[in-house]
Amino acid sequence: MLSKKRLIPLAIVLVFMLSIIGCSQQQAQQTPAPPAAEQNKDVILATTTSTQDSGLLDVLIPDFEKQSGYKVKTVAVGTGAALTMGQKGEADVLLTHAPSQEKPLVESGAITNYQLVMHNDFIIVGPEKDPAGIKGAKSAAEAFKKINEKGALFISRGDNSGTHTMEKNLWKAAGITPVVSDKYQESGQGMGQTLTIAQQKDGYTLTDRATYLAQKKNLTLAILVEGEKSLLNIYHVAQVNPEKFPKVNAAGAKAFVEFMVSPATQKTIAEFKVQEFGQPLFYADAGKNEADLGK
Amino acid sequence: MELIWEGLVKAFQLLLALDPEVLEVTLLTLRVSGTATLVSVLIGVPLGAVLALGRFPGRNFLVSLANFGMGLPPVVVGLWVSIFLWRSGPLGAFNIIYTPLAIIIAQAVIASPIVTSFTLAAIQQINPRLRLQLLALGANPMQMLWSLVKEARLGLLAAVMAGFGGVVSEVGASMMVGGNIKGMTRVLTTATVMEVNKGNFDVAIALSVILLLLAYGVTALLTALQQWRNNYE
Repeated sequence: MLSKKRLIPLAIVLVFMLSIIGCSQQQAQQTPAPPAAEQNKDVILATTTSTQDSGLLDVLIPDFEKQSGYKVKTVAVGTGAALTMGQKGEADVLLTHAPSQEKPLVESGAITNYQLVMHNDFIIVGPEKDPAGIKGAKSAAEAFKKINEKGALFISRGDNSGTHTMEKNLWKAAGITPVVSDKYQESGQGMGQTLTIAQQKDGYTLTDRATYLAQKKNLTLAILVEGEKSLLNIYHVAQVNPEKFPKVNAAGAKAFVEFMVSPATQKTIAEFKVQEFGQPLFYADAGKNEADLGK
Repeated sequence: MELIWEGLVKAFQLLLALDPEVLEVTLLTLRVSGTATLVSVLIGVPLGAVLALGRFPGRNFLVSLANFGMGLPPVVVGLWVSIFLWRSGPLGAFNIIYTPLAIIIAQAVIASPIVTSFTLAAIQQINPRLRLQLLALGANPMQMLWSLVKEARLGLLAAVMAGFGGVVSEVGASMMVGGNIKGMTRVLTTATVMEVNKGNFDVAIALSVILLLLAYGVTALLTALQQWRNNYE
């Protein structure tokens, strides 16, 4: 009888061990452990939420994995967080959209092989009634000034993302230092969530066009200011410098950068969801000069 | 109202069509949270038993720690586990961050105090005379412990259910240490957050329904196990 009773804890331990083995095996299938001579097959991509929320990565990543044999671990955070990951060597490759934050990292040598990939633009959206009357404003800065003067509600990302960086630059251009109040609220969340909050609260917000179009089906917010050169939203890809961080997967990161600027990928980017929205979500820019964009 | 209806319709579509992506996410959720619960049972049950039966200095402090740990915020666990698993962290060399194992570790940390506390309460509730009786009948310590665990099985299965419920529903830690990576660490909760961010509310509702069904299914199974003997005795 006793031996039967002892079987039960034994069975529990067995089940546990089996499930651990099952886990590690499945992992091994997903990311084949490379023989010592071979390279690491995992590439950690730190990127902004807009590339994931717009669905672009769902198209590009499988292509890259098929072509290169690498397995991409996409971590979609704000551009600020993605750059911090790069700065600490926690990621292998970055796809971000805040040139003013990226350039210092290039200069400090934290990232390398920094290349222009694509752009779209930021737009100021708000309630259709436009209580602050910003429609037709001459510049984004002027629109921000009007929102401030009229005391209309503005929802800020407030998360150091690329969009938030752009927004802070625009406030600076307008000569205003925004202070959190009931008229200037910070969501601290991704663009999709922030658009939903602006929609629910009848507020204005700054958004990238791709996320706005992807969310359009849920939104009544209207595009009120667009098309100005200062509103360009520029995406770069960069390798985290392997000389500074020996643990990064340099070969995989290099392959990803090359993939992003290759003619075939650029074509995919240019055609992405054009049919669905009747306009491009992203404009492919590889090889162009950043200063020439939007001309 | 339309949205809710659309979401429910979508949920049934995804379920009936056995959408491979949804199936993968669901199975991963079950595997990750199931393993984490199992680990927490292996840690929590012996620990709870020792705390319930032992008499040693500092015991009360440890009990209060276990009780406090039941409310351990998943984001805090996620942050600390991340710091340890990052490449620059003390365990960075093992390359665990952004793998299912990372989520299992974080969830086991979350569930272990829950299982410990429930076990402690369940075993302490047993009449202390039973222990004396077992000893008098000549049981060795292992046999005695096993008899007590069997006696406390109602409470222990409640511990398992609470532990599983705690981890299958958390999103903060899974998002941070797992990274919501498609086909690898995307579980039902992180997928739901992502679909909300994408504005796909119908898919998000569908995923939430599937999560509820999964959580209920597992709990119902454990409840059946818990009540099974009672119905026959």
